[in-house]
Amino acid sequence: MNPFNAVCKRIGAGWDNRSLMADAISVQRPDDPATTPGPVAAVQLSGLWREFGERAVLRDVTLDVPAGSTLSVLGPNGAGKTTLLRILATLLRPTAGEVSVLGSALPPDAWRVRGRIGYLAHEPLLYRDLTGAENLRFQARLHGLPGDGAERIGWLLDALRMSRRADEQVRNLSAGMVQRLAVCRALLHEPELLLLDEPTSHLDPEAAGIVEPLLGPDPGRTRVVVSHDVDAALAQADLVLALRAGGTVAYAGPASGLSAGDARAIYGGAP
Amino acid sequence: MKVPSLRENAIAAALVLCAGFALVFFYAPLDADQGFIQKIFYLHVPLAMCSLAGFVIGGIFAIAHLRTGKSIYDVRSYVSIHLSVIFGVGVLITGSIWAKASWGKWWVWDEPTLVSFLIVFLLYATYYPLRYAIEDRDRQARYASVFAITAGAFVPLNFVAVRMAQSLVHPRVFATANGGLPGSMLLTFLVCLAGMALLWISLVRFELAAKSASASLSRLRRALEGEEYAPQPGSRIAPRVPSSATSAS
Amino acid sequence: MIRRPSTLDALRAILAKDLRVELRTLQSVPAMALFAVTTFVLFRYGLDRKSLSGGLAAGVLLATILFAAILGVNRLFVAERDEGGFDAIRLAPVDGTALLGAKATALVIYLLLLEAIAVPAFALFFLDTWSGIPPLIGVLLLADVGLAATGVLISSIAANSRARDLLVPLVLLPLLVPVMIAAAGAAQQLLAAGGPSYDGVAKWLAVLAFYDMTFAAVGFAVRLPPRGLATPPTTLV
Repeated sequence: MNPFNAVCKRIGAGWDNRSLMADAISVQRPDDPATTPGPVAAVQLSGLWREFGERAVLRDVTLDVPAGSTLSVLGPNGAGKTTLLRILATLLRPTAGEVSVLGSALPPDAWRVRGRIGYLAHEPLLYRDLTGAENLRFQARLHGLPGDGAERIGWLLDALRMSRRADEQVRNLSAGMVQRLAVCRALLHEPELLLLDEPTSHLDPEAAGIVEPLLGPDPGRTRVVVSHDVDAALAQADLVLALRAGGTVAYAGPASGLSAGDARAIYGGAP
Repeated sequence: MKVPSLRENAIAAALVLCAGFALVFFYAPLDADQGFIQKIFYLHVPLAMCSLAGFVIGGIFAIAHLRTGKSIYDVRSYVSIHLSVIFGVGVLITGSIWAKASWGKWWVWDEPTLVSFLIVFLLYATYYPLRYAIEDRDRQARYASVFAITAGAFVPLNFVAVRMAQSLVHPRVFATANGGLPGSMLLTFLVCLAGMALLWISLVRFELAAKSASASLSRLRRALEGEEYAPQPGSRIAPRVPSSATSAS
Repeated sequence: MIRRPSTLDALRAILAKDLRVELRTLQSVPAMALFAVTTFVLFRYGLDRKSLSGGLAAGVLLATILFAAILGVNRLFVAERDEGGFDAIRLAPVDGTALLGAKATALVIYLLLLEAIAVPAFALFFLDTWSGIPPLIGVLLLADVGLAATGVLISSIAANSRARDLLVPLVLLPLLVPVMIAAAGAAQQLLAAGGPSYDGVAKWLAVLAFYDMTFAAVGFAVRLPPRGLATPPTTLV
């Protein structure tokens, strides 16, 4: 079709029903029945591909993760694990294939699931010039938590033993404390889907012990965990996705179907 | 309506341009004030109009790109702007020659259209470093689209503002097609304009076809070589044509 | 059940965060103010003039403010980029306009603070009469809004690119030419040697207002970042 006709057709068709003005002035958006959680799978991937330039980072990933279960993602560096998490967090778009998170297809319906996903990334995603408490208050306001989330923040800081250091600027905190604050940030809005990228990095065993119960399995919550601790990952997971360097899928299925030896072999395997 | 093929388009452009230039040299009357040198107007103004139209078209494609996410629109936007910048160089050079011949100086600030055009050209010239500076192709395409839309909105504003800044002491010196040209000059001008527009369209389609071919080649090589595929060091700023695009209209 | 803050609430939250960071680190406004005052000194020697009025005064003042503004624009998204703030905001259920609006408002505030220092300094250094200053504030306010509208757009594009400090002035300055033309046109009258004249000032204010509305509309329409709404993925295989 002639490009001018195509463009005019699009402009003439008008903005879609999620109009700019509606977004700008809405305070509370009632849930569409279409997205009420309760679908069988919290995460559905079908033929997912992601490329950066000409390099494929994820190739043909297909997997269904039922709600309430835990998926462990294993693989050497460069296997695309972080990329996968970022796609699930709606921060990256897939190059091809279908992704559905909490019942909504990405990227067109990404706006429906933001606010229901908790993402613990490599970077803490905290502002270094603000204190821990200020960072969390800011996050609470961004997520629309009532009362700036004061109660929830207080509870989380207590649970992670950060209450005393919460009023220091993040730049003055050690990496372990920053990681604990990052955990607070990820859990602040009680997400239904937790995406954890090496959650216990920077944490000494004691701190890891404090953090794990909060991030642990929960029937109301689906988890996708990237970890280099193969044994722990296999022990805790319901499903395993093993990626080789270059993003090809080595194994995608129940945790029982993969032995520890095979899992470790992937780390040393050829691309 | 059947879209003419690239070859038909190019031939039409060549024919119309030749006709236009023939008219310029043999039919259009000599300007009383400026003499023969005035005839550069038939080259300069169509170049300018096509260039500006091209910038606006680039902005429209950019809107389509952001609305639909299809990268073919980004390619078209890039090529439109790219060629309009090249035409823009022609505008500035011919404008300069005209200024030198008319007033003895290579550049005059008195002509608001030329000055506006310089500003627009400087702006669009930054399109390349902008694209070059963003490595992620996806993001590069989106940000370039935002820029194309912003710059497209800027063009009319700029012309208005510069015109207003001219004090009324200096009347407009370049006659344009709307400024009361006698019939014969008008006809010649219109033919040249049509020829230039066809030339612009042909060049855009040619470049799109070239990109499409090289992208297909790339894809075939990738499919054949599989894991050992090493990407050619292609241009980092030129967007690639996606496989879904068949015609380079 | 998802709680979604209104865009205005999100805008206020982001703005509050930015102002708090700026107050604590003081990395934008003092630098801009210092730059402006030093530039005035440069102009005094560059032009070899001790007193300015009319067009020359307007040009010196506005060119300096424009360049100082570029310093501020460069720093707008630095924290977002360096500290993962882009991701933190994109993960939240907020509209894209909240981020752009907050940054633009912050920039207007910084520019007003800059002008609170630079304009008196300019008057002190160069002007014979201060009577043109109060109406000049109105002109500067409109110019600031236009600066902020385009500045935020370009800054958000350049923030994620390499050579971002170079890219912002390169792309932004041509876009700001109409602001310069209109603001200088008005300021020229207001800073005239014999006292302010209001001849033709209204038309320049109209141009500024039109510029502001146009680029505010463009910013609203493109909503960067987070990404806009219904955009299907491109298929590449």
